[in-house]
Amino acid sequence: MAEFNAMDTAAFKGVWVFCEQREGDIQSISYQLLSEGRKLANDLGVELAGVVMGSGLAEADLKTLGGYGADRVYNIDSPLLKDYTTDGYAKALCDLIMDKKPEIMLIGATNLGRDLGPRCAARLHTGLTADCTHLDVDVEKYKNFLRTTSNIDVDNTKFEENTNLKMTRPAFGGHLMATIICPRFRPQMSTVRPGVMQMQAFDQAGADKVVIENVAPALTADDIHVQVLDIKKSAEKLVDLIGADVVVSVGRGISADPEKGIKLAEELAEALGGVVGASRAVTDEGWLSADHQVGQTGKTVHPRIYVALGISGAIQHVAGMQDSENIIAINKNENAPIFDVATYGIVGDLYKVVPELIKEIKAAKA
Amino acid sequence: MKAIVCVKQVPDTQGKVAVKADGTMDRSAMATITNPDDLNAVEAALQLKDETGCEVVVVTMGPPPAEGMLRELMARGADRGVLVSGREFGGSDTFATSQILAAAVNKIGVGPEDIVFCGRQAIDGDTAQVGPQIAEKLHLPQVTYVTDIQKDGNSLTVKRQLEDGYMELKVQTPCLLTCIKELNTPRYMSVSGIFECYDKPLEVFDYNALKDDPLIETDTIGLKGSPTNVYKSFAPPVKGAGIKVEDAAQLVGILNDKHLI
Repeated sequence: MAEFNAMDTAAFKGVWVFCEQREGDIQSISYQLLSEGRKLANDLGVELAGVVMGSGLAEADLKTLGGYGADRVYNIDSPLLKDYTTDGYAKALCDLIMDKKPEIMLIGATNLGRDLGPRCAARLHTGLTADCTHLDVDVEKYKNFLRTTSNIDVDNTKFEENTNLKMTRPAFGGHLMATIICPRFRPQMSTVRPGVMQMQAFDQAGADKVVIENVAPALTADDIHVQVLDIKKSAEKLVDLIGADVVVSVGRGISADPEKGIKLAEELAEALGGVVGASRAVTDEGWLSADHQVGQTGKTVHPRIYVALGISGAIQHVAGMQDSENIIAINKNENAPIFDVATYGIVGDLYKVVPELIKEIKAAKA
Repeated sequence: MKAIVCVKQVPDTQGKVAVKADGTMDRSAMATITNPDDLNAVEAALQLKDETGCEVVVVTMGPPPAEGMLRELMARGADRGVLVSGREFGGSDTFATSQILAAAVNKIGVGPEDIVFCGRQAIDGDTAQVGPQIAEKLHLPQVTYVTDIQKDGNSLTVKRQLEDGYMELKVQTPCLLTCIKELNTPRYMSVSGIFECYDKPLEVFDYNALKDDPLIETDTIGLKGSPTNVYKSFAPPVKGAGIKVEDAAQLVGILNDKHLI
């Protein structure tokens, strides 16, 4: 493997996106990553390819990937790839990477992508940056990004002029942002959480002209050491945070009475026509299930109204909600950082303010 | 039979975070804890010990004070500790870290019945990369996001969490599992455990102890050997603070005027 990566990095060309399917359905994270990958490929002047692994996937679904920006789709097809296994997927993907040599590989930071990505990066002897929130290859575009999102004095800072992938992510528990590079090895690998990158509009012309290349992997049953016995969907319906118009989230501020705090959030969400989210503290405590978590390690949302109840506003949370159109913060502590990103803030006890708010909203709507 | 658990001491990012003038985190000024997911990994190993009487070895890479964490884990019931510590290891990214930890686990020795446990991810980096990368270096099958383990001889039936459910998987030892909080509730230290923990063996693996492992070469570890480097780090700017409103009635008035409700 070391030999694979001892070669000149210039021998690697093209941007790839791992397009995840579950039970034959392409996951929407794939379209989000292709949309982002398209921009990177344009800046580099190279091809964008989607890599799909599965068994007997529908051709129409593969063409759809072209509609979100892919020039080419590698369809790695085998009965052994029907369901995800680390061994099967890692071997099929790494073999193709070593054969075709892409310079950038993007993977969705889903529970499966976060299993596959590091296994492959270790095999290929290259770097992997997890949960990126922003990607750039062009230095000028990166500088513009810093101008609006950082405290760096961009015009008085030196930047190396190259097209290395600049991968920005929240760091140190979300209290800082870091841009990571992988200058010596290829592909430059990055995972991105669902909802972070915006999906572009579907383009039929792209779907019509995409080149589908079927790949038969050199894979046998003996390569796979973990056997899938069953895949079960949870009986409880998961909350659709990413598609919600209004999100009412609760944070550590409900610790005095979590049950009451969550009930108030549910009532407020109902009054506003939204769903309930949570900060990591709340899901870590088990007060709400993990699918409610908004933030760097949870979901990224951009609803019309985001209400933060008793959320202090650590960067790791803010990373997941700062692009909401209107942010309403209610917090006892007037110095809480959440007020720095809030459109409207009320300093007060959420157990007192929220019932009044529900009453006022109902009155206004009546 | 052994259970080898990889653990990390992390700054308590839930508490106050100290930032240095250059924008990096001042770890020395912050309280440290055992990474939460790693406690679930230790508990899984201790439950295996309860069932089978296997040996539990806890391994960490970190500065010398990380010994305190290993002693605490021995007070919970681990049998011995290994502290991987050396200047050469400093500045390692996940790739380089997994390289070093894989070499350390290799030196401890992974037998045919053994299981390596890791936490899913550490709260300071949140990458979830080191577990799978160790598994790859050691050529072990891996299962991540583990919420349940049933052992039958050398065969394990495990549940792996998905966003909308779970997978049930079968894997043979030796293997590597990464654990999440849904797996178990970590036990506390026992009084006798606290008395005994300082008598339990603790070894230190420095660079010289690991350098003959084929995985460890100076160009694959530490800051220089890490494939990834920090290009820039920065604090996000403070956005212009919004409007502070007095009460719920005023807020609803504004929202109503803007046709938001």
